[in-house]
Amino acid sequence: MSSPSANAVFVARGLTKVYRMGEVEVQALRGIDLVLKRGELVVLLGPSGSGKSTLLNILGGLDTPSGGEVYYLDHKLTGASETELTRFRREHVGFVFQFYNLIPSLTARENVAAVTEISASPMRPEDALALVGLGNRLDHFPAQLSGGEQQRVAIARAVAKNPAVLLCDEPTGARDSTTGVVVLEVLEKVNRELGTLTVLITHNAGIADMADRVIRLSDGRIVDIHASAVKKPAHALSW
Amino acid sequence: MKALDRKLLRDLWHLRGQGLAIAAVIMGGVATLVMSLSTYDSLAGTRDRFYAEYRFADVFASLKRAPEPVAARLAAIPGVERLETRVKAGVKLEVEGFSDPVTGQLLSLPDVGEAWLNRLHFKRGRSVVPWSTDEVVLSDTFADAHGFQPGDRLAAIINGKRKQLTVVGVAVSPEYVYQIAPGAMFPDFKRYGVLWMGRSALAAAYDMDGAFNQVSLTLARGARAEDVIDRVDAILAAYGGTGAYGRKNQFSNRFLTEELKQLQTMATVFPAIFLGVAAFLLNVVLSRLIALQREQIAILKAFGYRYAAIGAHYVKLVLLMAVFGVAAGLALGAWFGQGLSQVYTETTFRFPYLDYQLRPGVALVAFVVAAVAAVSGTLFSVIRAVRLPPAEGMRAETPAVYRVALFERIGLQRWLAAPTRMILRHLERRPLKSLLTVLGIACACGLMMVGNYQKGAIDFMVDVQFRQAAREDLALAFIEPTSGRALHELAALPGVDRVEGYRDVAAILRFGQYRHRGAIFGIQPEGQLHRSLDRSLRPVAVPPGGVVLTDHLATNILRVKPGDLLTVEVLEGSRPVRQVPVLGITKQYLGVSAYMQQDSLNALMREGDTVSGAYLAVQPGAESTLYAQLNARPRVLGMVANASAIQSFYATIGEFILFYTLVATVLAGAIGFGVVYNSARISLSERGRELASLRVLGFTRGEIAYILLGELALLTLAAIPVGILVGVGLVGILVVAFQSELYRLPLILTPENYAMGASVVLVSAVLSGLLLWHRLGRLDLVAVLKTRE
Repeated sequence: MSSPSANAVFVARGLTKVYRMGEVEVQALRGIDLVLKRGELVVLLGPSGSGKSTLLNILGGLDTPSGGEVYYLDHKLTGASETELTRFRREHVGFVFQFYNLIPSLTARENVAAVTEISASPMRPEDALALVGLGNRLDHFPAQLSGGEQQRVAIARAVAKNPAVLLCDEPTGARDSTTGVVVLEVLEKVNRELGTLTVLITHNAGIADMADRVIRLSDGRIVDIHASAVKKPAHALSW
Repeated sequence: MKALDRKLLRDLWHLRGQGLAIAAVIMGGVATLVMSLSTYDSLAGTRDRFYAEYRFADVFASLKRAPEPVAARLAAIPGVERLETRVKAGVKLEVEGFSDPVTGQLLSLPDVGEAWLNRLHFKRGRSVVPWSTDEVVLSDTFADAHGFQPGDRLAAIINGKRKQLTVVGVAVSPEYVYQIAPGAMFPDFKRYGVLWMGRSALAAAYDMDGAFNQVSLTLARGARAEDVIDRVDAILAAYGGTGAYGRKNQFSNRFLTEELKQLQTMATVFPAIFLGVAAFLLNVVLSRLIALQREQIAILKAFGYRYAAIGAHYVKLVLLMAVFGVAAGLALGAWFGQGLSQVYTETTFRFPYLDYQLRPGVALVAFVVAAVAAVSGTLFSVIRAVRLPPAEGMRAETPAVYRVALFERIGLQRWLAAPTRMILRHLERRPLKSLLTVLGIACACGLMMVGNYQKGAIDFMVDVQFRQAAREDLALAFIEPTSGRALHELAALPGVDRVEGYRDVAAILRFGQYRHRGAIFGIQPEGQLHRSLDRSLRPVAVPPGGVVLTDHLATNILRVKPGDLLTVEVLEGSRPVRQVPVLGITKQYLGVSAYMQQDSLNALMREGDTVSGAYLAVQPGAESTLYAQLNARPRVLGMVANASAIQSFYATIGEFILFYTLVATVLAGAIGFGVVYNSARISLSERGRELASLRVLGFTRGEIAYILLGELALLTLAAIPVGILVGVGLVGILVVAFQSELYRLPLILTPENYAMGASVVLVSAVLSGLLLWHRLGRLDLVAVLKTRE
């Protein structure tokens, strides 16, 4: 594999994606070239329908592109089997969902443990929850936690396996600004302390200020990549 | 079409898997109902038509011999509409190529013209020609069993003389719809037949010229059978009358009535169970299904649809599923009903035709029951969903409230991984729902056990009857009561190992207002061949000086207990009436009997050592020579070989059992699969998002399948022991409901029953599991990231 950058985690070349919805073809991605590096905090910005979610799903091994190639380190994701993609997600990817998707029947600690039980070198669930500031709510069920707390459990669950990449789909989408900031602070802390490549999807430009790089998508194409000279800390953000 | 109706059709299509499963459950219940009721209606209707068209008599009487002018006196009894006399005689038959003993009943036909009462329906051939001496008409069962055609010949030992007869016709008679040899437990078409021949020929052979020994009559409108019977008895007492009796006690009719009564019980008990279970399942399944539609209901309300319109929408949805199930159930039930009626008329009841009828009322009942079950299951959930304010309904449901499972509270959590905890907590969160699911699956298991119960029960009954109680190889009857010395002669025959004499006396047993018309059997107290059994089925000697009664006869018919005095009205000889103490109760599954010691019965009859017949133990291999020897003795009349009787019984009953097992398997299978698959599908709908999230987090399909199918497996396994209890309970209901004079079912369940019950559950679970596994492969992982509930 030719490596444009020694630190590259993901390399995507000429990615296209066409959805067939009934008789209509939807061109979600129209040729994406992208390199994402270790330790970066990247924000994917764009209106809905711009292709950012499709891109994230392909990077996370949830979807396959119609054309082009994606590499994770030296693994080629394009053309990998369902089993290989499952293993890739299990070993290397942490997901944070817009609606947290916690398992309601498991406590905070157990939600994290559900993932650490199946990974090779995880953190202790307690440590992961301490990292997101929930060290004192270990044995609470999702129904006993606020929305912001549930999202932090979801982040702890995503990072507890020590993934190489953390993929967050609108992690603040369901939050008000104050709660959203707390969630972003946690993501910022994880990125800083664990050096995990963090990719964050949002349609909220205000969040872009905390990123190392902001990638703008529109109509399935990258329209702008902007490297911030100065990152704003998450607590200074508001929208 | 309105938009809402279009939604209805699309929803129905979308839910087709579950809809079919629900329809299958309804189908099972409706099919049983329709099958049982239509079979009952058909047989009862056919019987009524046959009796009317072929003028089945109302009162019958047998006697020793009366000169023909007595008939005029009988006909003059007020209330008698029409009267006919006949000559009737027992006969031994010889069928070429068939060495077993064959007995028959010979009945006279008028020498000229047709009989007025108990007319024959000819299936083949014709009636005898006037004044014929050797022509004979055979009952169709006997003719079919041996392949007799008009023109064939067979030999009969008529009053000790061998006579060649020519078959001219094959017929059925309303008197012999149910053909069973006197004293036999079940029909044996190969070894017992009814024959009709010209009166003068028969009378000549039996010294009945200008006389008769059987009379049948019809009653005038409004006449009471009892009054006529009393008058007939009074006249015939001087001619050796053995007591007139009405249709109620006519042998064939009595069996037919009992059998129809059982069928009616079955038409109530079985469908009640099936439809009850089906209603219960519908309730469980539909209420969960509707609960999943919560958000849609909120949206419809937000649009401004009225409660009633939304309620009607969902009621329509389930009614459509119910209609589908009812229609399938009607079709299947009618098909099964025709099959069952056919099996009945081929194996048990001989009718000239079968009027299969499915009353519209039956279909209506089926539809109403299914509709009520379906709608009541839905309404509760719809009302609950409709009551929610729309905004609340559309808001994401807050995470369901869970708590630590009991298993963990007692300290087992260290051993349980997260997926296992999910299973346990999910089950414990809605204990009622889990319980109902378990009960639903258990019902399928129980139904399967009921359906497969008969074979084991019949094996058991036959074993008790023929290997413990009636162990003789051959039972024979003398033409009339004979001195006990005749037994020595029998014992001396080659191949006879043991001989035990018996005396049987036709009698009416009475206790208070209760009466039973039957016989008293005098057997040997130390008998090895024919024994009476106590409640735990151990042989017990009949004590001297009194009578021992079958439990059903004592408890349910006569209502006597040991120590009570029974009135015995003997129907033969000098017809004495005596008081006899009840000394004990004996256990018997087939028929009912009253036993005494032979000596005691002889004493009661004021006679010396007299026997009516004998039980024989025969050396294996010696049978055919012995039969030939016995055939040559004019005084030996009937012979019943036990081994062949059992065989023929199984041949007859086999078809029935096969039919029932098939029906039960199909229906229990439908219900079992319906419940298990629906539970699993609903679980998947309820937890699909959770499982997809786990897939995104890197869980394999196997790992999430463990969570979903583990729950199903746990419910299934829990349902098996519960199902076995349900099965035992249902069989218990059946045993009580089916008690009759003909037989009582034992509460016996074989390992096979348990295995069948468990396997219907397991097979349903495995099938559902496979279907779910397939569905788990198609979970939409991407959608999960974007959507809320």
